[in-house]
Amino acid sequence: MLVNRKLILAHFWLAFAVFGVALTLGAWQMFIRSPIGTWLSNPELYYRSLTAHGTVMGYVFPTLVAMAFGYAISESALQQRLVGVRWAWAGFWLIVAGSIMAVIPIALGRASVLYTFYPPLIGNVFYYLGVVLVVVGSWIWVALMSVNLRVWRKANPGAPVPLAMFANVAGSYLWAWTAVGAALELLLQIIPVAAGLKATIDAGLARIFFSWTLHAIVYFWLMPTYIAYYTIVPRAIGGRVYSDSMARIAFILFLVVSMPIGMHHTFADPQVGAGFKFIHSAFTALVALPTLLTVFTICASVEIAARLRGGRGMFGWIGALPWDNPMMLALAFSFVMLGFGGAGGLINMSYQLDASIHNTQWITGHFHLIFGGAIVIMYFAIAYDLWPHLTGRELIDIRLIRTQLWLWFIGMIVTTFPWHWVGILGMPRRMAYFDFGDPAIAPQALSVTLSAIGGFILLASGIMFIVILARGMRAPQIDAGPYRFALAVHQPTTVPVALNTHALWVALMIGLTLTNYGYPILNLALSSGTSVPAVYVGAQ
Amino acid sequence: MSTRDLFTLRNSHFRTGVGITAAILVVTAIAGFIVLPFAQPWVQFAGVWDAICSAAGVPQRAASVTAPEQAKRLSEVVLTSNTLSRPSQEAIGRGATLAQRCAICHGPTGVSRADSPNLAGQYAAVIYKELHDFRSGARTNAVMSPFAVNLTDQEIADLSNYYAYLPRLPAYHPTPQLPKPNIVIYGAPMRGIAPCGACHGSLDNKTGSPWLEGQSEAYMKAQLHAFASGERRNDISQQMRNIARAMTPQEIEQAAAYYASQPPDVVKAVD
Ligand code: HEM
Ligand SMILES: [Cu+2]
Repeated sequence: MLVNRKLILAHFWLAFAVFGVALTLGAWQMFIRSPIGTWLSNPELYYRSLTAHGTVMGYVFPTLVAMAFGYAISESALQQRLVGVRWAWAGFWLIVAGSIMAVIPIALGRASVLYTFYPPLIGNVFYYLGVVLVVVGSWIWVALMSVNLRVWRKANPGAPVPLAMFANVAGSYLWAWTAVGAALELLLQIIPVAAGLKATIDAGLARIFFSWTLHAIVYFWLMPTYIAYYTIVPRAIGGRVYSDSMARIAFILFLVVSMPIGMHHTFADPQVGAGFKFIHSAFTALVALPTLLTVFTICASVEIAARLRGGRGMFGWIGALPWDNPMMLALAFSFVMLGFGGAGGLINMSYQLDASIHNTQWITGHFHLIFGGAIVIMYFAIAYDLWPHLTGRELIDIRLIRTQLWLWFIGMIVTTFPWHWVGILGMPRRMAYFDFGDPAIAPQALSVTLSAIGGFILLASGIMFIVILARGMRAPQIDAGPYRFALAVHQPTTVPVALNTHALWVALMIGLTLTNYGYPILNLALSSGTSVPAVYVGAQ
Repeated sequence: MSTRDLFTLRNSHFRTGVGITAAILVVTAIAGFIVLPFAQPWVQFAGVWDAICSAAGVPQRAASVTAPEQAKRLSEVVLTSNTLSRPSQEAIGRGATLAQRCAICHGPTGVSRADSPNLAGQYAAVIYKELHDFRSGARTNAVMSPFAVNLTDQEIADLSNYYAYLPRLPAYHPTPQLPKPNIVIYGAPMRGIAPCGACHGSLDNKTGSPWLEGQSEAYMKAQLHAFASGERRNDISQQMRNIARAMTPQEIEQAAAYYASQPPDVVKAVD
């Protein structure tokens, strides 16, 4: 039952519109610093673009997708009209206002600080305020998800919360808590300096606050994708979820262990004690667990679909899968990219190996493969799956959809594999210019050129995606029926309270944050002499 | 069902969830704070508590090691982009009076007729820093140092404000404008050299970096060589020494000739 379709469509459209712009900037960045582009002679323009690209792709786009999908889940999984529609619109407009507020200083070159903020570099205060507004808008969504679940619980005491909603609310709590780190950094440290109230900043502390946000935000980006794996894919390909409890446990584990591990981003930082780095590193190893559970459960669910379609044999069933179904294709591509990206992640998370790829192009290659590849391709799949239910019109271009997914997959591999490679060779990231005429890096020209070509394939695929959705707004009307989520092999009738509520896991999440972050933060916050003068963008 | 049935040891999920989490935390903490510190034979700890404090990152003062005595003085100036950003008219007036002694080398209008640097319209923070460094001995020059040693903080600030206030006049011997050489706009990334223009104008300006348009070519070349040889060492964190050391003599020529040939109104366009 999708009642507030306009609300959901508004979120999706805004998400995909800003995505289109940021994607174009990304392709331009690739081109301009590759041997095929001529250098613009002004690195500042590159960093403007990079700030816009990172801010949109990291904060605005995935948040809007999670919100749109979350509202859709709340209405269709709970079979209940959204409570608090006005608040939801308020959240949406806050994000619009915040995005505009942030983009103006970026475009003017007053906030080229990159999406990780990079204090003591300080940009125009409106950039940061804009980001804060975006986060506040998304917090309204968090509250609404919680409220809607509560309303449903009152009406259905003791009933198992549908898996999609359980996971959705888990994702929203994760976001609410992980955003606190960056919020503290912005409100207590950066904004006072940007507003001219202070002239020094503790950059080391700021980096710790940011690491609080930086890891779990990745799992927040991932949530819609994982929800789609469990609750859309099996239904779309005619199978069933292998285990409902396993799914719940995976989402619970994300809630508990994706938070207290962010300091794996500060391995190279001197202001963090080695003992804390070790604890964060050990917990990072644990976060692979829910992903392994997911890969197992989804493969089993897909096998069920294949066997129901008459697939036989140890591996023979793979051929029986509906490979012409876009959802099947998206899942397969997503898993392949997740596999390669996950293997790369093992290198990032180990203290010693990380030293060899720290701050190199490997890192950007890695997160584009996982985030831009494995995660975003499922965002596409979610949109395709929901679109007929939101517009009441059919998506007729199935072949075009398949081509689009193929292009995204190929483009992502072509972009990111050479990207990783030049990183291993030591090419630093976030550089506006490389002199490929220099014999020391001339051999890398080929790899970087390949990456740039991959970037244009991605751009083409992104444009196709938007065109397909836009054409879907004018296609013939159909009755798409109610929007359904996948059923489990054993659909639960009762669920233990621990697997049906979030309280215990949220408590553990907060507890581990305190144990793993408490001392390092207090230590820096209470020591004197840890601040440095701010460096203002564009100031003499 | 309520959370009252959840947060109790009778609930097996609660027992397992909290138990496993706590166990992992304790085991990793023991490994990270006790086992691993002692696994490094090259580090000596006074005891377990010392190891834990070290692994936690508790700020410690290494007991017996005294800071090495710096053979030569380094700059102690701290600059922010707010340094001297709002001068008063009186400050500028006082600076004008003081500047009479400087005119013999730096010119009555702040434009030098010798190969001393031009100061007219230079950023206040730049003059402020150099005067401080001459006074402290972080930078030395047979002619300049005696003028600086007796200046008070107030006088340094006033002089800086005065010169920053002066209009930027063309150099005394203007030459035809040269095109931008690679070192100025691209730097030399493989040798770790950022473009000169990223700090000194042409592309961007950074706090504490002077604009260079119209400066004497001989003066700039001499300074780059002094940075490269380490004879001049008042650049904060070796910012200029690192660059100058990596520059080729030819690049030094090109950069100096380029900046010397630029009229100062180029600067106005960018700041
Ligand atoms: C056409 C496809 C894309 C291309 C060619 C591209 C290219 C780039 C480039 C060149 C950078 C800068 C790397 C550096 O200098 O360190 C970058 C950064 C980034 N990209 Fe992309 N990108 C693309 C798509 C995406 C997608 C789909 C996402 C995520 C949804 C994404 C997220 C990011 C983020 C978060 C950053 C970090 C910004 C920063 O370091 O400040 N990109 N991208
Ligand atoms: Cu991380």
